[in-house]
Amino acid sequence: MNPRPAILMLPDETAKFRVRDLGVAYGGTPALRHVTINLPDRQITALIGPSGCGKSTFLRCLNRMNDLILTARIAGKVLLDEQEILGNQIDPVELRKRVGMVFQRPNPFPMSVYDNIAYGPRRHGIRARGTLDQLVEQALVQAALWDEVKDKLRQSALDLSGGQQQRLCIARCLAVQPEVILMDEPSSALDPISTFKIEELLLELKAQYTIVIVTHNMYQASRVADYTGFFLTGDLIEFGPTVEIFERPVDQRTDDYVRGRFG
Amino acid sequence: MPHPRQTFDAQLRALEQRLLRMGGFVEGMLEDAVKALAKQDTQLAEEVVRRDDVADEQDIDIESTCMHLLALQQPLSKDLRVIGTALKITTDLERIGDYSVDIAKAALILAGARYPAPLTRIPRMAEYTVAMVQGALEGFVHRDFRKIEEVIALDDKVDALYVEVWEMLLQEMRQSSENIVRAANLILVARYLERIADHAVNVAERVYYMETGVLRQLATSHQTD
Repeated sequence: MNPRPAILMLPDETAKFRVRDLGVAYGGTPALRHVTINLPDRQITALIGPSGCGKSTFLRCLNRMNDLILTARIAGKVLLDEQEILGNQIDPVELRKRVGMVFQRPNPFPMSVYDNIAYGPRRHGIRARGTLDQLVEQALVQAALWDEVKDKLRQSALDLSGGQQQRLCIARCLAVQPEVILMDEPSSALDPISTFKIEELLLELKAQYTIVIVTHNMYQASRVADYTGFFLTGDLIEFGPTVEIFERPVDQRTDDYVRGRFG
Repeated sequence: MPHPRQTFDAQLRALEQRLLRMGGFVEGMLEDAVKALAKQDTQLAEEVVRRDDVADEQDIDIESTCMHLLALQQPLSKDLRVIGTALKITTDLERIGDYSVDIAKAALILAGARYPAPLTRIPRMAEYTVAMVQGALEGFVHRDFRKIEEVIALDDKVDALYVEVWEMLLQEMRQSSENIVRAANLILVARYLERIADHAVNVAERVYYMETGVLRQLATSHQTD
């Protein structure tokens, strides 16, 4: 009746990440099991699922944030373009330059708007004033924040509103010119208008960046994502075009979840 | 453990019940309109015409319920398909009601006419058409694809009868100009029945979509002109 496989395998050549048999356990407790998936380049992929389903664990594998958790044991392979990123051959700091991250709560550094954005480029060795000015402006324009802060670049970033702070964090992420942006619940602490601003921004950014977003808000996934993956108790249950997941999911568990029939 | 959307479930079931009530109502209009035509019963024909307002109210009521549920519940997956289906089906049912009124009006015009022989093909068309509407509604209630297939199969019979009726009445008109008013009105009735059958097919197709998520035209001969 419905020939679509539950987990769509996108062609390797369109994938930014190729994840193979990825498993993660924290202190012996499995958090993610045998995930095999291709994440499409310059598209938005949303990861949904109930708390504890493994979606954030999966996201954190994509830029090695799980390295910071000492009890985490990781198996399988993650290829970013052609490069294996889980092994020792790659420097996690270099990886995180290519694969940036934005978190649930806006976390600007306690410094000026300008210094927040210039922080990354400076860390990566850029010192020339002109180059930095240009990077800061470019990142703020891209994050749709420039017009609101161009006269306040020397003011503390902590004086910005929550929605502005989150766009500042996105700009800070963009300033190191990453290829991928990972987002963990980027608008769950924001009001609806700020949320819509972030979503509009994502739709613009996807022309240049691969975006992977974890969200509890299914309607956010349905509004912004090209592809959606559904996780449950550490398993990837379904992955496919967003409209398929929300209009006619293949797996009954996906259907129950998106319809709120979990109990 | 009960799931967290019990209230919404109840609202969806209530929506389906309303659709069924409306379906039963327009089905009754159709049956009575055809009976009024065959028995030349003007009282019954007038009664059918009056019922149109009720069908229209039911249509508006169902549409606004659907819009409220869309706005307030943000349905997804099957829930979304049920509401989308209800929005489409209610329009089909409302049209079936309208055509039944048209048949009743033809019955009023033909009340004094003398039929050369008792009508046979039009009542048979009507019988099939009523069965199609019933079948589509049963298919909806029980999510029964066999019923849906029966509806599709009957549509071909209705289409074939329509061609026969058309040719036969054309022949009568050629024979004598006295036959024209009667024959022309009966051609219209046959046309209304054929359209009602198409609306029943629409309903059937929606049930298929609602269950599978796949939109497709089930009847190959189905024209939506």
